[in-house]
Amino acid sequence: MDEMFKPSRRAFLKGSAAVAAGSVAGAAAAQNADPLITELQDWASYTGVGVDETPYGMPIEYESHVVRRNVEWLTASPISSINFTPIHALDGTITPQGCAFERHHSGAIELRKEDYRLMINGLVDKPLVFSYADIERFPRENHVYFCECAANTGMEWAGAQLNGVQFTHGMIHNMEYTGVPLRALLKEAGADISSDKWVYVEGADASSNGRSIPMEKALDDVLVAFKANGEALRMEHGYPVRLVVPGWEGNMWVKWLRRIEVVDRAVESREETSKYTDVLEDGTARKWTWVMDAKSVITSPSPQQPITHGKGPLVISGLAWSGHGQITRVDVSKDGGITWETARLGKQGDIKALTRFYVDMMWDGAPMLLQSRAMDETGYSQPTKEQLREKRGENSVYHNNCIQTWYVNAEGIAENVEVS
Amino acid sequence: EPDGGFGLGRAALPEEIAAWDVDVLPDGRGLPEGTGNAFDGEEVFAQKCASCHGDFAEGVDNWPVLAGGFDTLGDKDPVKTVGSYWPHLSTVWDYVHRSMPFGEAGTLTPDETYAIVAYILYSNDLIDDEFELTHENLGTFEMYNRDGFVIDDRSDAEYTEWRADPCMENCKDTVEVTMRSVFLVETPAEGGTEST
Repeated sequence: MDEMFKPSRRAFLKGSAAVAAGSVAGAAAAQNADPLITELQDWASYTGVGVDETPYGMPIEYESHVVRRNVEWLTASPISSINFTPIHALDGTITPQGCAFERHHSGAIELRKEDYRLMINGLVDKPLVFSYADIERFPRENHVYFCECAANTGMEWAGAQLNGVQFTHGMIHNMEYTGVPLRALLKEAGADISSDKWVYVEGADASSNGRSIPMEKALDDVLVAFKANGEALRMEHGYPVRLVVPGWEGNMWVKWLRRIEVVDRAVESREETSKYTDVLEDGTARKWTWVMDAKSVITSPSPQQPITHGKGPLVISGLAWSGHGQITRVDVSKDGGITWETARLGKQGDIKALTRFYVDMMWDGAPMLLQSRAMDETGYSQPTKEQLREKRGENSVYHNNCIQTWYVNAEGIAENVEVS
Repeated sequence: EPDGGFGLGRAALPEEIAAWDVDVLPDGRGLPEGTGNAFDGEEVFAQKCASCHGDFAEGVDNWPVLAGGFDTLGDKDPVKTVGSYWPHLSTVWDYVHRSMPFGEAGTLTPDETYAIVAYILYSNDLIDDEFELTHENLGTFEMYNRDGFVIDDRSDAEYTEWRADPCMENCKDTVEVTMRSVFLVETPAEGGTEST
C-alpha cells in the first residue's frame, strides 16, 4: 500500500504551476524531520492581525487565482460581455458573490436604494410605484437557485475550444436569495393574472434587457430578490433588486429591475428574438427556450486543476444542476463513456440549484477520459454533444448541456477534448 | 396575504408610466407618432451609428452586422442580421429607441428612430429610399424571417428520447479522442484574463 501513497516524481516535475508547497507534505515516508513541525514558526510565536483590521474581508492572498476571468475575443466590448466563475477551484454549492460571474449588456450600473423605483403597470387595476423600502415590507422567502447564462458552454458547440472548466462552464452561480414572490406584487397591483397574459420585465440600465415571462411562471416561483447569500446584492448582480427566475436561462434574471408590465402577448424584445433564440440545422430557430436542461461537469480534475499528488486516493468532484427540478443522480465515467458508476452527492440537491457530487477513487496513474452525466427528477439524462448536434446542428449558440470530457494523462494533466 | 393587498406602494402617475413604458409590441402598439425615411436616416445613421455599425450597416470590426446575410441561417456560419433573422420590425424600433446608440442610449427622438430603422431596412434592400416608415405602417411591415421561429419544442423533440434509462456498461466498443482544445489558441494564457 505504501507504494500507492508515494507522490509521483514525474507528476511533481511535470505538473502545472498549481503544484505548490504542500504536495510533498502528504508523503507517508518522510526521511527527515519536517522543520515546519520541529522549528518554531512565526505564526506560532508572534501575533496575528486584530479584529479591527478588516471590517469586510477578502480571501487570503494565496487564493488570488480564485477570481473571475474574461476572454477578450468573445465580445466586441467589455461593457456588453461576460466573465466566468472560477468553478474549478470552488467546492460545495454556494458561489461566493465576489467571484460569481457577470454578464452585462451596458455595464454594471450604480443604483442607490434611495434612487430605486419599481413600477408595475399594464393590465392591472392599480398601476403602482414601489420604493426600495416598500419591497422590504412584503413577506419574504429564502431559496437557493442556480443562475446559468443561456450561452454557458456555447463556445463548445462546434468542438473543444477553451481549456478550462471556468471558461467552458463558468457562466453560472448559485446563491441563497431572499426576496418577495412576484405574485405578491402582481396581487398588490390587482393584475390580470389569467393564463394567457404575460409579464414584461426590464432593468434600469441602458440595455434594459427586457424579457417576456408567461403568467404561469410569474405566479409560480419567480422572486423579486434583494439579498443573496445573506447580504445585499452586489452592484454587478443587480443591486438593489433583481429578478430570480428559477431554472430558466440567466438572461431572464433581470438586474436593477425597474418595471413589471402585464401584457396580453409577448413583447418579443431584442433579447428574445435576435438573441436567446436557437438556430437549428435547417435555419429555423427555436424561441422561448426558457428552461435550462439537466447538466453537469467535473470541476476537479480539470485543465485548471491537474492531479499534482501522484497515484493513490483521488477525489473526483463536480457540479450537477437542472432547471426542471432536483438532481436525483450523477453518473461518472473514467473511460470516455464505455462504463459508468453512480457518484455520491455531497448532500441531497435543492430544487433548481447546484448539486455537488463526488467519486472517491484510487488512481493507478493510467490516463482517463473523465465524464459526468446528470439525471433529474423527470428522468431526463444529460445527452452527449453528438446527440445534441444530431437534434440541433452546431449553430444553436445557447443551451449546450452536453456531457463534457476531460482527458487526464499519466502526469495528471487534464485537457478539454471531444471523443467519438 | 390580506385581501386587497398590503397597501404598499403608491399610484403610478400617467406621466411616470409614459416615461418608462416605452416598449413596442409586434403589432405596433406602443409606438409614438412619427415618421422617417431612409434618405433622412442615412444622415442620422452616419452621425450616430456608423462608427460601430459601418456606413452601410455592415458592421465595423467585431461590432454587430445589421444588414445582409440573407438565406445563410442553415449554413455552417449563419449571418444573423436585422434583415436575415429578426422576425418583427417593432423590435428594431424598440431596441434602437431604448438602448442605442451604445453609451448614449435613450437620446434618439421618435422621428430619428423611424429614420434610422428605415435606413436599416434600406440597407437590407427591404425598402426603397422613398418609403416613409410611420407609426401606422410599422406594425404591419413583414420581415423576411417572420416565419423562421418555432416555440420551444424540446419536450417533444428531445425529452422523451432522453428520459430513457441510460447505459451503464459496455456502452460503446471503442473511444477515440476526436478533438483537443490545446491545439487552439483561444484560451487566454495562464488560464484567462483577470476581470477588472
